[in-house]
Amino acid sequence: MVRLRYFASLREALGTGDERLELPEGITTVAQLTAWLQTRGAEWQQALADPRLHTARNQSVVKADAPVCDGDEIAWFPPVTGG
Amino acid sequence: MIRVQQADFDPGAELETQRLRCAGRAGAVVSFTGLVRDFNDGATVARLALEHYPGMTEKVLQKIAADAIGKWQLVDAVIIHRVGPLDPNDRIVFVAAASAHRRDAFRACEHMVDALKTDAPFWKREDTPQGRRWLR
Repeated sequence: MVRLRYFASLREALGTGDERLELPEGITTVAQLTAWLQTRGAEWQQALADPRLHTARNQSVVKADAPVCDGDEIAWFPPVTGG
Repeated sequence: MIRVQQADFDPGAELETQRLRCAGRAGAVVSFTGLVRDFNDGATVARLALEHYPGMTEKVLQKIAADAIGKWQLVDAVIIHRVGPLDPNDRIVFVAAASAHRRDAFRACEHMVDALKTDAPFWKREDTPQGRRWLR
């Protein structure tokens, strides 16, 4: 199982902020997982295509070529605006 | 010391707690308090909602404080950030750097504020008379 998290405007666009799923067959990187999620429909295709999105693996920011393993927590989010 | 909380904080009380923790080892404390403005990009902001990534937020703030302590040899560093609904003029963030010397305290405080703006997973949503919008 992997845990997937979405935040802020992305969470609202996708209608979910947190889900768990069996890592799909053949998916080994964040980029592949993003592409797999985009096949879920037009909203997913469009929302996850935003080039400004950041990804985190186990709560550390990573690039799209980062590996994804069973048990990971992967997050997608727009640029941060705190402070 | 880092904290993420919905509740307001008292900068005076936080500085006093920090002063007691320093126990004579610090000669200078520089602090920063961030407030919610009632305007942004020309729009009047009625309310702000702050979302964050629980778990990652604390890790990032901890790292920002530890990095500052290492780089400027601080005696103590404090970062407090609020989440949830906030009104104009509310306190939103507090950063305090205690050092043996004022120069390090000034620099470390500014660095921590800058770092949390670029690295910490917080997102602001504004409620304006024109509707809700996420800040970019």
